[in-house]
Amino acid sequence: MFDTHDILETITMIQDENLDIRTVTMGISLLDCIDSDIDAACGKVYDKIVRMASDLVPVCEAIEKEYGIPIINKRIAVTPIAMLAAACQTSRIVKFAEALERAARTVGVNFIGGYSALVQKGFAAGDYALIESIPEALDITEHVCASVNIGSTKAGINMDAVEMMGRIVKQTAQRTADRDCIGAAKLVIFCNAPEDNPFMAGAFHGVGEPDCEINVGVSGPGVVRAALAKSKGLDITGVADLIKRTAFKITRMGQLVAREASRRLCVPAGIVDLSLAPTPAVGDSVAHILEEMGLETCGACGTTACLALLNDAVKKGGVMASSHVGGLSGAFIPVTEDAGMIDAARSGTLIIEKLEAMTAVCSVGLDMINIPGDTTPEVISAIIADEAAIGMVNSKTTAVRLIPAIGKQVGDELSFGGLLGGGPVMRVNTASPSVFIHRGGRIPAPLQSLKN
Amino acid sequence: MRAVITVVGKDTVGILAKVSGACAECNVNVSEVSQTVLQDMFCMIMMCDITNISIDFGSFADKLSDLGKDMGLSVHVMHEDIFNSMHRI
Repeated sequence: MFDTHDILETITMIQDENLDIRTVTMGISLLDCIDSDIDAACGKVYDKIVRMASDLVPVCEAIEKEYGIPIINKRIAVTPIAMLAAACQTSRIVKFAEALERAARTVGVNFIGGYSALVQKGFAAGDYALIESIPEALDITEHVCASVNIGSTKAGINMDAVEMMGRIVKQTAQRTADRDCIGAAKLVIFCNAPEDNPFMAGAFHGVGEPDCEINVGVSGPGVVRAALAKSKGLDITGVADLIKRTAFKITRMGQLVAREASRRLCVPAGIVDLSLAPTPAVGDSVAHILEEMGLETCGACGTTACLALLNDAVKKGGVMASSHVGGLSGAFIPVTEDAGMIDAARSGTLIIEKLEAMTAVCSVGLDMINIPGDTTPEVISAIIADEAAIGMVNSKTTAVRLIPAIGKQVGDELSFGGLLGGGPVMRVNTASPSVFIHRGGRIPAPLQSLKN
Repeated sequence: MRAVITVVGKDTVGILAKVSGACAECNVNVSEVSQTVLQDMFCMIMMCDITNISIDFGSFADKLSDLGKDMGLSVHVMHEDIFNSMHRI
């Protein structure tokens, strides 16, 4: 018989503390769909996705029922579409986005990621055309997510791509200005992009992955915060231990769901992403964990140290709980998706420069930040370059997902609804980096020794 | 296969009878029951064998959840593996 306390603890975590499986993401390789005729390729893409993923949503719903654990998102990640586009003799690359959208609607997933290009060292055939088509693709589709990897620790940073992406982010926001610029919320620019990431908008299915696999992202900031709230007076060693123990329990649930989903779908289990992913719901905030550790508000001095501890403890607890770990693994700090971050940004205690420092110690980057609509493409490019430099030098993944709020200024708000949330437009340093950005070329890969 | 039924709420007459009655209707065998009062709340945990369950597991979970709502209680039915995986290494 189980201990009563254990059973009630699990139920409290799910009912009151928003513990859930954030996403079950099926990775599907589309390399066998390449065709020089884009319409034929799109037909193959649609057929393969529907064939592989038709049972994904019903199977996840059955698991939710049986185990009593909510699975919030069911998603699909595919091979970077630029690789398919490379073979096509057409400029209408956006047809692939339409095919992905049709497939996503047919199988009923929340998002489909992989409208992507990997250009950290340079552009191959298909890459330019794909990147140029991103604003249109994210405008005419609802479920498709795009990402571009512009740098890596091994390759350096492709500054031509950085320059291009500043413009693309702005154009994407402009095209969807009537919908609170939501297009830009579905576009991520990466340095060191992981190939097995189950989280959107940056999920794609890397070329080294199997034909099809199941990756799972767990969540549970509310559980960690509640555990800390119940254990007042711990020293920092005690706090780290408590977070590790809690992360272990959260991740075990992810491991169970990954194993079950994999067995029922007859698809190999890939990885569990050890993540603390917030939602705008009250009690599901990473910022509130930092505040529970003893900060008056997220963004105060000490925030980076608290986040570093949290991020490390989550990984240490999660690693033992699962067989294979990967993806982005760590605490996420998407501003508009986190009730505590939204409040801190509104009050002015959380600023972009502090967020940049935080990204050096946590799992992703400058995520879901609304910036003034008149921010120049060069400034956006420079923010991307700064963030990529942090990732490149520290051998970690960093990403940028900025939403230029077209027609709005600091203090105005954008609202996306759902998990994407909404929040205030934040101030950006507008001093011009224009000459630097327009130089082009590549930042060489950093030295891997003489670490200081 | 075993499942765990938890009933949490204000103590009233006939909770055990109604929940176990619903189990019997669906051919679910109750193997262990433990009851406690936790923070003024009645709390009952039942281990059941669902190997020969006569309806779909999801429908059984909904049925008990609805039964709980009628009585002002919170009733959950979950597969035992979730507790195994979370609390045992």
